[in-house]
Formats: sequence, structure tokens, C-alpha cells
Amino acid sequence: MVSLKELKKGLLTSLWFVFLTFPIIVIKVDPIQRTVIWRWQNALYMALGTFGIYLLVKYYQHRKENQPSRPKNTEQTESFLHGILQKPLQRKILVGVVATIAVLFPHFFSTYQTNVMTTALMYVVLGLGLNIVVGLAGLLDLGFVAFYAVGAYTYALLNLHFGLGFWTVLPIGGLIAAMFGVLLGFPVLRLRGDYLAIVTLGFGEIIRLILENWGKFSKGPSGISNISRPGFLGMEFSLEQSILYTYYLMILFVIITIFVVNRLQDSRLGRAWIALREDEIACQAMGIDKRKTKLVAFSLGAFWAGIVGVMFAAKTTFINPASFTFLESAIILSIVVLGGMGSIIGVVFGALILILMPEYLRALSEYRMLAFGGILVCMMIFRPQGLISNIRRTYRFEKKPQ
Amino acid sequence: MDYFIELFFSGLTRGSIYALIALGYTMVYGIIGLINFAHGEIYMIGAFTAFIVATVLSIYGFPLFSIVIIAGLAAVVWSSSYGYTIEKIAYKPLRHAPRLSPLISAIGMSIFLQNYVLLAQTSDFLPFPTLIPDWEFMEPIAHIVGTTDLAILVTTVMVMVLLTVVIKFTKIGKAMRATAQDRMMATLVGINVNNVISATFIVGSALAAIGGLLIASHIGQINFYIGFIAGIKAFTAAVLGGIGSIPGAVLGSFVLGLTESFATGYVSSDYEDVFAFSLLVLILIFKPSGLLGKATNQKV
Repeated sequence: MVSLKELKKGLLTSLWFVFLTFPIIVIKVDPIQRTVIWRWQNALYMALGTFGIYLLVKYYQHRKENQPSRPKNTEQTESFLHGILQKPLQRKILVGVVATIAVLFPHFFSTYQTNVMTTALMYVVLGLGLNIVVGLAGLLDLGFVAFYAVGAYTYALLNLHFGLGFWTVLPIGGLIAAMFGVLLGFPVLRLRGDYLAIVTLGFGEIIRLILENWGKFSKGPSGISNISRPGFLGMEFSLEQSILYTYYLMILFVIITIFVVNRLQDSRLGRAWIALREDEIACQAMGIDKRKTKLVAFSLGAFWAGIVGVMFAAKTTFINPASFTFLESAIILSIVVLGGMGSIIGVVFGALILILMPEYLRALSEYRMLAFGGILVCMMIFRPQGLISNIRRTYRFEKKPQ
Repeated sequence: MDYFIELFFSGLTRGSIYALIALGYTMVYGIIGLINFAHGEIYMIGAFTAFIVATVLSIYGFPLFSIVIIAGLAAVVWSSSYGYTIEKIAYKPLRHAPRLSPLISAIGMSIFLQNYVLLAQTSDFLPFPTLIPDWEFMEPIAHIVGTTDLAILVTTVMVMVLLTVVIKFTKIGKAMRATAQDRMMATLVGINVNNVISATFIVGSALAAIGGLLIASHIGQINFYIGFIAGIKAFTAAVLGGIGSIPGAVLGSFVLGLTESFATGYVSSDYEDVFAFSLLVLILIFKPSGLLGKATNQKV
């Protein structure tokens, strides 16, 4: 199955990786106690691991070569899901099942689980917001977390200084974030692809650094605490009720977001975004206003982030700039990339997988960021369209029976 | 006036470090048009390797001079190996993919490497051993320009001269310039483009490793996160000078270093990074091609 030559190559590859990782994973020095710990077993794990991965990759390559029908299989599972979504009855059943699970979830699981689920749902909405910018309009935004921070701080500050409640600030937070989106959008309109990515990254860092250093305004790194939880017509909630309430609110937000994004996708604006993503020049030649389309994409994406920001501040009742680092942007981007750029159901799955998995596999939570990095690379190489790729709306000519 | 000169020299020191990293960005961009996001991490790994090797050697009682040489060599060798491997794993399969794919892959690689070092080593700040002793003849001016500053400046100038010679006069340098101009044409005249790209990554990584070694011994401590900010700033410098242009990267780095130094010295040190990022945003808005870069028109 695997030839001798390949075995030799695999051996060399694993030796190379042992050499490569040697100083970092084998030696551990303590510069204060002045001791050196040699962790030889790590080198062995590295060698075995690399060799195993190499064999696995080779095995799959062989299988792919010997069975040309192999890739069709994955498409079948995918079209199965799409098939369900496209047939009205099956779709209704699926939606019904998902809705029942969502509604009953807090009654079967503990408060802690509900809280975790609420967080995951927040990332669903964040992912769908970023999906507008990255997936539909094709603008790589690495500073998405800035808008999230703007929303969270809007609520925290308005609540602190003026005592404004959750429902009042919710639209304000979204609008202010959208305003920042336009503010960022204007100067970067002319930039393409990678430059845009870096500027948005810089923008995200600027916002975080300002929040961290401008102590008089944002209370600096110590953050703002005692933010009010979301209320309902002035009713008083206990902590558990409040968590339950936040959970249902989040479910509602997810439904609204999915509805809006779904409608947007097929609207004139959504098609303009996709055209912009595919080819900017051709898109302009078709008479689409590039400036307006890009700005709307930025501000809409930012709007959702702002709303989730308000939600986040209300849920945790405490925020500080450490919650809004670049890694957060990277997580949201991983969600969109893993799920499939432009695909709503993909993003929902991506968020649930990436956020829930490290929560339940506690042993793996240390390796979470490592895995995110690895996922980004592997997805780009092996499956750039994501787990569940988007289906383009197509029209088929069907003959009417005479 | 002393304060001004002190800030000037500290700006030059910063600038030379940025230049060493920015060259890697600009060379890679010139050849394959990719922002190598993981470049900052290569610099960090260089600094870490130097730290580990130097500490081990000093614990086993080697003389200082040999520690400097061996740690420097180790940093260069391992960083170059990382650069080479990263290119093979994360960028080579994506050479014909849409533009965003390699960029996302590079971001993934950067996160991966950061956490790899974090998990294998530690998240604490580690004290970097003093590699460059304070020379006695520097005593009278030590309050303006320290020995390490001088060593960094001299090393950087030497490395720059060496790089210029390599790119101008050697065969691989010529091949690099040819590939940067037109990759297809370079293939047609018999240049092995894959080797040229690997060589570019190796040279860029080696420069970053030297930068990592110098800055770590200058600041005196390292951490797994140093690559991120340094990488972004060096990228800013490369864009400032015009990405793809080698003299531009050096010029941009010194401009950025001096700006930062004066801004933190005379305005406020809290917003050090904000100055750099604002400068980046402003440049991209008003002169996206940079100081020495050529504006390219997109043709249909």
C-alpha cells in the first residue's frame, strides 16, 4: 500500500520536524533557578505524531486516486442537507425539531450549560454579522471585534452615567457601532484585499488601546462592572431567571438575524455584494455603486456586532478591554471560514462547533487557540468552501408537460 | 538637546529592528504578493531559540563570547527552518488559490505558532540574558546612546550591506529580482521559482531572527506575544516605504522608528502603538503605494 520510498520520506519528514521543534518543545529552562529540564519524551511524541499524520495524508491520497467516486460522497451528504432545506415539508420538520430543542434546552440542562449556550448563540450572531462583510461582500475584516467593543462600551457607559436600560441602549449601541463601521469604511473604500485586512486590524487595535489607556473615559484596564442585566417591563428577576431570560432573548436574536440575513442575501443589495466579491471591476461596469455597497456591508456587519456587544455587556455585567483582543476577531473569522463563507447554516454550525467543543472537552480547552490556527490553515488547503458550502441560487428551465 | 539626541538614537535603534523584520515582509510580498502574517512569529521564535540556547549555555558555564555566536547561529538556523517549513505547508498548496485564501492561512499559521510556543514554553515574561556587555569606552556617552543601541545599529548596517551584496551580485539574488519582476517569464528562462521562493523565505526569516536576538537582548525580556505587535509594526514600516521595495522598507522603518520615539518622548508613552497604527491608516489612505513604491494600475 505504502511504498518503501514513501516510508523513507515519511521518516525524513518526521526527523525534520523533530529537529524543527527541538529547542521549543524539548528544552525548558528556568532562568531564575538556573536549571534545565530536558523533555525527551516530547521529541518522541513529535516524531510519532508527524509520522502518523504523514501516513494518514498518504493513505488518503492513495484512496482518492484509487476511488475517483470518493469526492462525490461528500457532495452527497451535503446535497442531502440542502435537499432537506429546499423541500418545504422536510424543512418545516427540521425547523420544528431544532426549535423544540432550542426551547426545551434550559429545562433539561443546568444553568451553567444554558449560560454556555447563550455565549455560543452570541457567536452565531457575530459570525452571521461578519458573514455579511467577509462571506458576502468579500471584504476581509480583521478588526470586527472593535464594533463588538463599541456596542458593549456604549451600553456600559450609558448605563453607568445615565442609568439607561438594556432595551433603550440596544438600538443605540447598534447604531453607534454602525456609525463606526461607516467611519472605518470611508477611508478604506479604495483599498483591496490584503491592505484592507491590515487596516481593519489596525483599527481594531486602536479602539482597544484607546479603551485601555483613556482611563477617564473607559475606566481603563480595570473595566466597568455592575452593568444592569436585561429587564422586562420593570420586572425583577432572580439570577437564574435572568440567565433563562437572556437565553431566550438570544434565541430570538438568532432567529431575527437569520431571517434578515437570509432575506438580504437574495435582495438586490445581497446580489450586489456577491458581485462585488466575485469581480470588483465587472461589478462597477454593471452599474453597481461600489462605495455605497461596501459602506452598507461594513455598517450592517458592524450593526450586528454592536447589538451583540450590548447583549454581551448585559449578560456578563462586567466588561474590560481584555475581552476585545485580536484573538476574538480571529475566533469569529474562524467560525465564518469553518462554516463556509456566505452560508448561513454553515456559520451557525461553525459557531456551535467552535464555541461548544472547547467547553465540553475541558482537557482540550488549553489547545483551543492552537486548534483554531490549525483549522484556518487546514480549511484553506483542503476545503476552502467550508463545512457546508453555500448554494448559489440558480434558475432551471423546466419543460411543462404538454 | 541631550534628550532630543537620546530620542533620536532610540528611534534609530527601533528603526533598525523594524527594518530587519520589514525586509522579510517586503521580500516575500515582492515575490509572491502575499502578506506573510506569520513573519512576526518567526521573529518571536528566533528570539525564543536564542533565549533557550543562551540560557542553557550560560548555565553550563560557557564563555560569553561563544554564547553570543552560538545563540545567534541557532536563532538564524531555526528561524530559517521555520520559515521554509511554513512556506511549504501553508502557502505552497495555495499558490493558485484566490487572494484571500493564503492570507487567511497565514493568519491561522500565526495563531498556531503563538500558541505552540505558549503551550510548549510558558506565558510568562522571561528574562533574557545580557549578551552585550557595557563597554568602557562608551561610558562618557552612555546616558545618550547605550552599548546595545550601538551594537544594534552596527549589526543592522552590516546585515543590510550583506543583503544588498547578495541581492545585487549573486546568482540567487538575480533570480529573486527576476521572479519579483515577472514570475512566468522567470520560469521560462529556466529559473526554478520554487527554490527562489524558498530562498526568499529563508533569507527573510534569518533577518527576522537577527532582529529578534538584538531586540530581546536590548529589552531584556521576551514573551510568546512579542511577534504580533512587532510584526504589525514592521508591516506598517514596509507599507510606509512601499511594499515590495527593499530600500523602501529600510526607509519606512527608520521613519516609523523615529516617529514613534519622538511621539512617545514628547507626547505620551501610553499611546505608542496607536501612533504606529494611525500612521499606517493615514498612509494607506493618502498614499497607498508608499514612499518609494510604484503605483500599479489594474488592467482588465
